[in-house]
Amino acid sequence: MEGTMHADAKIRAETGTESGPRGPGCSLRHFACEQNLLSRPDGSASFMQGDTSVLVGVYGPAEVKVSKEIFNKATLEVILRPKIGLPGVAEKSREQLIRNTCEAVVLGALHPRTSITVVLQVISDAGSLLACCLNAACMALVDAGVPMRALFCGVTCTLGADGTLVLDPTAKQEKEARAVLTFALDSVEQKLLMSTTKGLYSDAELQQCLAAAQAASQHVFRFYRESLQRRYSKS
Amino acid sequence: MAEVVAVAAESLAGSRARAARTVLNQVVLPGEELLLPEQEDAEGPGGGGERPLRLNAGARSRVRVVCGPGLRRCGDRLLVTKCGRLRHKEPGSGSGGGVYWVDSQQKRYVPVKGDHVIGIVTAKSGDIFKVDVGGSEPASLSYLAFEGATKRNRPNVQVGDLIYGQFVVANKDMEPEMVCIDSCGRANGMGVIGHDGLLFKVTLGLIRKLLAPDCEIIQEVGKLYPLEIVFGMNGRIWVKAKTIQQTLILANILEACEHMTTDQRKQIFSRLAES
Repeated sequence: MEGTMHADAKIRAETGTESGPRGPGCSLRHFACEQNLLSRPDGSASFMQGDTSVLVGVYGPAEVKVSKEIFNKATLEVILRPKIGLPGVAEKSREQLIRNTCEAVVLGALHPRTSITVVLQVISDAGSLLACCLNAACMALVDAGVPMRALFCGVTCTLGADGTLVLDPTAKQEKEARAVLTFALDSVEQKLLMSTTKGLYSDAELQQCLAAAQAASQHVFRFYRESLQRRYSKS
Repeated sequence: MAEVVAVAAESLAGSRARAARTVLNQVVLPGEELLLPEQEDAEGPGGGGERPLRLNAGARSRVRVVCGPGLRRCGDRLLVTKCGRLRHKEPGSGSGGGVYWVDSQQKRYVPVKGDHVIGIVTAKSGDIFKVDVGGSEPASLSYLAFEGATKRNRPNVQVGDLIYGQFVVANKDMEPEMVCIDSCGRANGMGVIGHDGLLFKVTLGLIRKLLAPDCEIIQEVGKLYPLEIVFGMNGRIWVKAKTIQQTLILANILEACEHMTTDQRKQIFSRLAES
């Protein structure tokens, strides 16, 4: 039939990016999210933050090889494919970070001896890639109906040479920064699920970045809520 | 940073649990906690709503509420684990507080005891058939679980056949088992499905919508052509009409029903009825 075969939930959330230079606070880039766009996976989502875009497919709970099965919970596998070239060590480490975040949130005990596979494909990378991957993975897990105890989101922030804090940096800002910190936060109490950092920063600056990320995550969760409400309002 | 602290404070306040009654038929997200009716009063003025008259004001009467798909019990509250609309059904016979569940859209099936499903026989090993039902494991079906089957009189089931049966054992810890007879030993429509026809897959939400008692789609489809149709709760539909072309038209209509509004559907049906 000519009608749309995939439910389209494209939302553009304006989060104050047009007004002036970015300062500390919640100035994140333009968000967009689309769910249920692939027909084969059980759940899929595409998440765009500015020019960074990631497409995710989730399969599960599905059959698992006997060598990989865990007797009392689901085996979570994450595969991250870069835009060009073969996956290398950087992709492996990102896969591990995403896997640890998802394992903390997915209720694997409800589906023992099954596998939940998350496949991420980087469409374009313009900074804050890991945060975009985490957001897309969360939306895809929700689309697949995998039981979760909370939603999660990723926020990246950078510290400049003079201590300025920038949230959701572009690739250029990441390269020029003194330190790049990525946090994964959960939706219930904005607790820290995962953090990965690169560069030089002090203890106080870490706390400052974490607080800014927690404030920014409110915007991301509000965007998730609007996007999902829009999707369910169509049925 | 003063502004960041203020935002953090309001975010903590926002995650307070809401009463289940206020969120009925709205979209709920994983991680939300819902309060059950009698707990609102215990929470004080924050809950609002009527206070029921109680003969002994001290004791809290506990109402049994059934926690359906998408919800888990978390202490005294309900924790939402899937995204969807929260629904509630009042208890029929007056005992207990009814059922709460989340209506979510999903493609993957998880076996549930008592569900009627369409399976495909993938292997015959000894006394049992292995049937693929779309879950994480193939279900097992004993050859004696057919109407009139005995050790001498085996049912005529080959690999690749379609089976309509129901689950007798389906939990997260064990391999699912299905049978093609009901508790009285009668087939009741279950068993091997005929050789012609078309099997196709749709989402679980569409199956539930089509099987709802007041669904008009099936009545309208029945007026178009004479047909045979079997719905499996695992998202599989088997359809057979007089010619292959009619069968394909019916399959396309049912797949597209999910995304069409009522008006578009009526247009398509009227166009088909004319041709």
